[in-house]
Amino acid sequence: MAILEIEDLEVHYGMIKALKGISFQVEEGSIVALIGANGAGKTTTLHAITGLVPSSSGRIRLGGHDITKTPGYKTVEMGMAHVPEGRRVFSQLTVYENLKLGAYTRKNKQEVAASLEMVYGRFPRLKERRNQPAGTLSGGEQQMLAMGRSLMSHPRIIVMDEPSMGLSPIYVNEIFDIIAQIHREGTTVLLVEQNAKKALSIADQAYVLETGSIVLSGDAKELMDNEDVKRAYLSE
Amino acid sequence: MSFISYFINGLSLGSVYALIALGYTMVYGIAKMLNFAHGDVIMVGCYVVFVTVINLHLPVPVGILLSILICTALGVTVERVAYKPLRGASSLAVLITAIGVSYLLQNIALLIFGANMKTFTSVVSIPPLKLAGGRLNITGEALVTVASCVVIMVGLTAFIKKSKAGQAMLAVSEDKGAAQLMGINVNGTIALTFAIGSALAAVAGILLCSTYPSLTPYTGAMPGIKAFVAAVFGGIGSIPGAFVGGLLLGVIENLSKAYISSQMADAIVFAVLIIVLLVKPTGILGRQIHEKV
Ligand SMILES: Nc1ncnc2c1ncn2[C@@H]1O[C@H](COP(=O)(O)OP(=O)(O)O)[C@@H](O)[C@H]1O
Ligand SMILES: [Mg+2]
Repeated sequence: MAILEIEDLEVHYGMIKALKGISFQVEEGSIVALIGANGAGKTTTLHAITGLVPSSSGRIRLGGHDITKTPGYKTVEMGMAHVPEGRRVFSQLTVYENLKLGAYTRKNKQEVAASLEMVYGRFPRLKERRNQPAGTLSGGEQQMLAMGRSLMSHPRIIVMDEPSMGLSPIYVNEIFDIIAQIHREGTTVLLVEQNAKKALSIADQAYVLETGSIVLSGDAKELMDNEDVKRAYLSE
Repeated sequence: MSFISYFINGLSLGSVYALIALGYTMVYGIAKMLNFAHGDVIMVGCYVVFVTVINLHLPVPVGILLSILICTALGVTVERVAYKPLRGASSLAVLITAIGVSYLLQNIALLIFGANMKTFTSVVSIPPLKLAGGRLNITGEALVTVASCVVIMVGLTAFIKKSKAGQAMLAVSEDKGAAQLMGINVNGTIALTFAIGSALAAVAGILLCSTYPSLTPYTGAMPGIKAFVAAVFGGIGSIPGAFVGGLLLGVIENLSKAYISSQMADAIVFAVLIIVLLVKPTGILGRQIHEKV
């Protein structure tokens, strides 16, 4: 069953049409990769899904509910979390306070405490630095905080925007391991990446976005062998 | 002894500035706008107490409560009607709107109450504190004003540090988009900030008019500007900065009046501001927001 369904989605920035009617689906329990060059519209797609930008036409359904016109903040309670491009941790707040904000919509204190322990278990460095302002963390640590923060809402689906961007190779591997682990534990992942090779290697399905349109889609392993994809996105 | 007395009166005036400056600084922090109508909320708060306590003879606590409630509603309404539609507009457009709201409030008061000065009656009924064998006399108003300011400051700091709504306010101040991704209702949080700021303005106004008991439609304007200066002085956006800036401003103003010249006091206040900003452009406790890489 599709947990997320996008149908003919269009987004405009003023006169510029950034998304030209894209459609795709994310099956529950899968990892779906959305790849494409800089400026293709990947971030715009994720922003439209979680309500950071309004869509000008089309449909977005989350768990069968139409959320096209739902205020973005309400989609968190509906089970969707978003790890934004550039991490966007709250730099003045401590690691702990950032994580608590991730659980902002949850009421049950015991469950939140359990999630916090789970996140600290998965990211021991965050636990060590829990009382440090997030702005003092390294880029890789901030990315882990952004991911940990998204897990605090106990989401059914996480959309991630270039989690490996700007990180050293060691961190990149660690981040992809964590994504695979989050997925194994039952969370659906929609992954936007410029690192197409890594993304395709852990994804089930993939879509290729080019200047606001989906130009290719299919099984991630098959796309890895596709000549066009190889030439455009996998060349060293 | 007279120095201590001037100093304490300065702290009292500074406490009023601090309470008003808190509203300026919180609204600036979260909505990135200077709400120039903030000072006029003070005046509205005073007229509410004037009508309820002095004209209608309602008990003082009832008058204060009504004043706080009406100012809170006013602040939220102004934000909803005048500022919210301009979110994302140029800051100049927002600034001009705020000045417009300020004139509107002053003129509504003018229409209802006329330009004549009303004599306010202090809401403070505790007796003055006589120290040093009667040579040092601290008024009940000064005591209540300083105490209120300290209690509010401590309470507000705890609220922001410990409560969910307070943390949401900090999150929205730093990054509205990321705050929304946490499930925070950004518009609701901005409205809450206006509500708190306006409630504090009501309290500040009542304390101010209890010390300086004359009320006109322009009563809020000058304290509003001074409090804005205090907020910049302390570092706009910083809550401890508003507190420190307000107190310092009140003390500098009162001591200048006492020892230098009462005509020159305001000029001295602004001169100190300029010097502080030359030395530290972000204000005393203001910090540069670090851009993340
Ligand atoms: N806030 C914005 N205002 C105007 N144009 C934008 C804005 N954000 C993105 N764009 C444009 O929309 C297109 C898609 O951008 P984006 O979704 O960020 O691409 P990607 O994430 O794939 O790099 C680009 O041409 C970009 O310049
Ligand atoms: Mg992007």
